Amino acid sequence: MKLTKIFVAAAAVTALTAGTAAAQSTLENVKSKGQLQCGVSTGLAGFSQANDQGEWEGFDVDYCRAVAAAIFGDPMKVAFTPTTAKERFTALQSGEIDILSRNTTWTLTRDVQLGFEFLGVSYYDGQGFMIRKDMGIDSAKQLDGASVCIQTGTTTELNLADYFRTNDMSFEPVTVDTSDQAREAYEAGRCDVYTTDASGLAAQRSSMADPSAHKILPEIISKEPLGPLVRHGDANWGDIGRWVLNAMITAEELGVNSGNVDDLKENAENPEVRRLLGTEGEMGAQLGLPNDFAYNVIKQVGNYAEVFERNIGVETPLGLERGLNAQWKDGGILYSPPYR
Amino acid sequence: MAVDLAERAKLGSSLWTDTRFRGLLLQALTIGLAGTFLAFIVSNTAHNLEERGIASGFGFLWVQAGYQLENTLITFEPTDTHFRAFIAGLLNTLLVSAVGIVLATIVGFILGVLRLTPNWLLSKAVYCYIEVVRNIPLLLQIYFWYAVMISLPQVRNAIDLGIGAYISNRGLQAPAPILESGFSIVPIALLLAVVGAMAVSRWAHRRQEATGQVFPAFWVNLALIVLLPVIAYFAAGRPMSFDVPALGNFGFRGGFTITPEFVALLLALSLYTAAFIAEIVRAGILAISHGQTEAAFALGIKPRWTMRLIIIPQALRVIVPPLTSQYLNLTKNSSLGVAIGYAELVATLSGITLNQTGQAVECIAITMAVYLTISLTISLVMNLYNRRIALVER
Repeated sequence: MKLTKIFVAAAAVTALTAGTAAAQSTLENVKSKGQLQCGVSTGLAGFSQANDQGEWEGFDVDYCRAVAAAIFGDPMKVAFTPTTAKERFTALQSGEIDILSRNTTWTLTRDVQLGFEFLGVSYYDGQGFMIRKDMGIDSAKQLDGASVCIQTGTTTELNLADYFRTNDMSFEPVTVDTSDQAREAYEAGRCDVYTTDASGLAAQRSSMADPSAHKILPEIISKEPLGPLVRHGDANWGDIGRWVLNAMITAEELGVNSGNVDDLKENAENPEVRRLLGTEGEMGAQLGLPNDFAYNVIKQVGNYAEVFERNIGVETPLGLERGLNAQWKDGGILYSPPYR
Repeated sequence: MAVDLAERAKLGSSLWTDTRFRGLLLQALTIGLAGTFLAFIVSNTAHNLEERGIASGFGFLWVQAGYQLENTLITFEPTDTHFRAFIAGLLNTLLVSAVGIVLATIVGFILGVLRLTPNWLLSKAVYCYIEVVRNIPLLLQIYFWYAVMISLPQVRNAIDLGIGAYISNRGLQAPAPILESGFSIVPIALLLAVVGAMAVSRWAHRRQEATGQVFPAFWVNLALIVLLPVIAYFAAGRPMSFDVPALGNFGFRGGFTITPEFVALLLALSLYTAAFIAEIVRAGILAISHGQTEAAFALGIKPRWTMRLIIIPQALRVIVPPLTSQYLNLTKNSSLGVAIGYAELVATLSGITLNQTGQAVECIAITMAVYLTISLTISLVMNLYNRRIALVER
């Protein structure tokens, strides 16, 4: 089943003739298709999940919608492709999707060896552990001998082995294919501990039968900068993705949101706001986009804070604090290069 | 040929009307086209991979894997290479296939014979079993058995089997034997017993042919093979101890474990294949003319012996070729184990390694080559066996 998918994707790499790959840029290709092909997860509460009307929503989904808004002026012109952790890279390499927005950790190997270009960090995360409260464990250092549920094809798998090795502890891995399978195995008691990125743990806990019976241990054992990525070889396409993300971060920093963006477009005096919204300068045109692309993104999707609070913030079942993901001015490390 | 052609030329017919030449030409063209197509695929893939900046080659196999595998036949640490992960996965594939083939054959033969019993209830029950099992997709059956395994009691309420072994939804935890010095006498005794048993069988057979007297060779041999090693074991002062699993903070530690993933996959594979084998066995037995049975009865051979000495040996000739396909199917189907996280070849090399290194084409190519090799080996062995039992024609 999975093998077939991978094989089909590998065959797709083969089938693409050399000519078409070079002739048309990704932006032209997306425009001629009339929609953006965006890779998301198979379902992770708050990040990318289909709602009961079958529409995709979540933090990662909203980024795709923002890119669509920047290109087409319409955030609904996105086709979502659910991918497992295992399939996601092949799907991107083979051209099945144009952009991957699927809580993917930026690492050197993925950036270089797999031939990808990371567009920035949309969520600063770290790997944590979840365990039943009645086990009476307070620290990850007490996990010697535990069996641990992990999702295959993730950096989590490697961090876990490193962490137990450096702390001279042993563990039994229970490796499954999707995050939902991992949660089910953990809930059934097949393993003692469930590990993934802390944001993912919060998301999975919110979908459990009794969320209050589980706790997340205080140790964060890795850096997991999550962000969207594209294939190597089309620098302009990478620039578009990068500056859409930066536009959302800059908008929050400058106090521009979906509520006041119309007003600011007409009346703003701050030159950076004017450049961001396209009333001054040629920022959009340099990227091959409409000059007011960031206006469309903010108006139709929202700035970073709006997207964060709507999907994963403290008011949602996930209840995540901004933490590291606050603006640099507010004690976080979210920092966009300037719009100049 | 030359004369032939010259004659034809004289008669005014072209080469094209020569069926033999035309056949050769068409075959050569077909091979040429297929070869060109293959060469195009290979060079195009290489070109596209290079263009996308994806490294190719098999060097990644010697890089440290970084992930951990549990319950493999060889030890595997995160510091080992991807190649060792590949071997560990391969051994797991071979393990589940080999045990599955043995189990499927035993269950399949029993079901196939039961299907033909005059007992109406038994025969219909087996019929129902076969129809249900072989008409449900294997993947669903794997999920079903996995769900059954996961629904076993949790580790804290594990079922105590009383001999230091426990069953829970983490699998079967049993005492692991630890061999001490002096244990080597036991396998030596076993070897001697097997050699002895073979000699007894031969002697009994010869005596029966010469005098007609039957010697209970089976029971004598069984006693020999069981008792001799046991006597050797006690004589050497019981040079073996057990590592008994004990409940720690997290589940059991020590002993050896049979994981629920392995059991679920094994049950699904062997019960599914057994249903097909049962039908093959039934067809094989029915293919033998009833006259054979009647002739045997007329000679006064008991029904049980008729089955063993007359029917089964002849039926095997019909059974073995389709049985080979079932063995191949079972082996290939073991790749579905990845769905429930059994660490076989597709889960390690084509799963985790593929993902961590991104070498999709290489990993899939190796995996396909390995399955091909295993399948061809099974085919070869079964064909040799088939040749041995084939009807000797004079």
